[in-house]
Amino acid sequence: MTDTWMVRNLRAVRGRAYPRVIGLMREPSWMIYGTVLPLFSITAYVYVYKFIGAKPEFVGYVVLGGAMTAFWLNVLWSMAAQLYWEKETGNLQLYMIAPISRMSLLAGMAVGGLFETTTRAASTLALGVFAFGIVLTLTDPLMLVLVFLATMVALYGMGMMFASLYLLFGREAYHMSNLLMEPVYFASGFYFPVRYLGFWTALGASIIPITLGLDAMRQLFFEGAPGDAFLPVQTELAVLATLSVVFIVLAKFSLDYMEKLGKSTGRLTLRWQ
Amino acid sequence: MKPAVETKSLTRVFEPKRKSGGKTVTALGGVDLRIEQGELFGLMGPNGAGKTTLLKILSTLLLPTSGKAYVAGFDVEKDYHAVRKRINMVSGGEISGYGLLTVKENLWMFSQFYGIKSQVAKDRIDSMLGTFGLLDKKNEKVRALSTGQRQKMNIIRGFVTDPDIIFLDEPTLGLDVNASRVIREYIVDWVEKQPEKTVLLTTHYMAEADELCDRIAVIDGGMILACDTPGNLKRTVRMDTTMSLDVTLMRDTTRFGSFKGVGKFTSHDDSEKGVTHLRFVLEDESPVSDIVSEVLRSGSRILSLQKSEPTLEDVFIKMVGKGLD
Repeated sequence: MTDTWMVRNLRAVRGRAYPRVIGLMREPSWMIYGTVLPLFSITAYVYVYKFIGAKPEFVGYVVLGGAMTAFWLNVLWSMAAQLYWEKETGNLQLYMIAPISRMSLLAGMAVGGLFETTTRAASTLALGVFAFGIVLTLTDPLMLVLVFLATMVALYGMGMMFASLYLLFGREAYHMSNLLMEPVYFASGFYFPVRYLGFWTALGASIIPITLGLDAMRQLFFEGAPGDAFLPVQTELAVLATLSVVFIVLAKFSLDYMEKLGKSTGRLTLRWQ
Repeated sequence: MKPAVETKSLTRVFEPKRKSGGKTVTALGGVDLRIEQGELFGLMGPNGAGKTTLLKILSTLLLPTSGKAYVAGFDVEKDYHAVRKRINMVSGGEISGYGLLTVKENLWMFSQFYGIKSQVAKDRIDSMLGTFGLLDKKNEKVRALSTGQRQKMNIIRGFVTDPDIIFLDEPTLGLDVNASRVIREYIVDWVEKQPEKTVLLTTHYMAEADELCDRIAVIDGGMILACDTPGNLKRTVRMDTTMSLDVTLMRDTTRFGSFKGVGKFTSHDDSEKGVTHLRFVLEDESPVSDIVSEVLRSGSRILSLQKSEPTLEDVFIKMVGKGLD
């Protein structure tokens, strides 16, 4: 292949995805903190639901939601905060002088993160299903794949947008991510169907793509779920597809704006450099 | 032939943050510079002189406040995509990359940001690791490398993309003699073998600048004070006499500055050895007897005295009014 703009950027995506993919194999400690630890909070919810006599589907909802927390954590800590960390280590300026689109760097992070996190989430889900004897009744696998992909594109698109906003905001990325963790667990219905928060709250929370993604996946995985659904699956898929486009376009604009502002104020590099 | 780098009245002003009460800083105050293709060009100046700001502008990381900068004939402000294809940059003390990757993987990753074919990149990396004596470290994780090994890896990162122009910001900072020598030899070799390639180097080490550079610009306070070959720069102080004196520790050396005929002087104490090193740039040799008398009057003993050939340090002291340390 000749060195066209597209080829160069695809190679950049591959290059930036590599550390995350290889990291999964190189640091197996993730099996403990990425798979087993989420099971503790899942277990707590499972026992609460059993104690209060909730429908059996709720156990499945919690396991699926608990597995999906890995994606939100990955988006917050390894996408949104990433450019901030990269600046701290001096990588950001090397990324900025490279002759590639900044979007391909973030896309590389997203692809690598997605691979890494899907492995973790699938492991948690498998463990949860095994531990709590959950029955998954998958009725429409194609729709599930579409919903999952649309959720991930929208979610990581949001992470790409956050990446430049974190850098622009200039505060400690650590605090920003902490601030966005628990409230989103709650508002997006990670541990219960979001419908029970009321229509308007659920609608507001739908700006976080995982809200609708999780709601749709629950409907596709569990027979009794439609009664607990917020919106029909097709509607949720359409909204997720729209959010994907919106977030990626916004990410591109915010990255361009961040780069322009960073170049005029000197924020792309550390002061000592 | 278009110059590799050209700046015209290049100015960069940093405004303080609102409510910070800080002062406006003029990092570059109208820099005019022309670096030809094939040159190994040095930029010498004390901390805060504007060297790194200039490199950041040329490498498209920072916008000028006014003036123009061209790299490989392209405007760094408007044609930054074209500039980025042709450059790379390495800084001293850099900790770029990811510690969990091996040396080879790390270099490969950065090569991918320049669209280099994977196999081509791997071959180049192997060859360069051999040149830098790091072949046995290629499968070591980056976090396990020593400072010198890491900086050699950084240098490879910069050169592996085969840039037309490379910016090296203090590339041998804090390295031992051997690691510095390997890096210096590589830089010289790279330019000699490929006459169309250009290196812009900032350094604190005068001897390094003298050894490596075809031309040197002395920068201070955001202004270029002089720009010429090391030989010509040294000739500008040839009219003056440079004298070095080692004496037993002297408490007060301030009086030397007021002696008639003393242009500049520096002193520094080596408490461990009990020696004060004095260095004078003299307009002529007439103050020598006064200097010797003052040393003896203060109760110190002269350990050695020598008249020196001018060095870049002398040039620097003459122009900037102080040494680099």
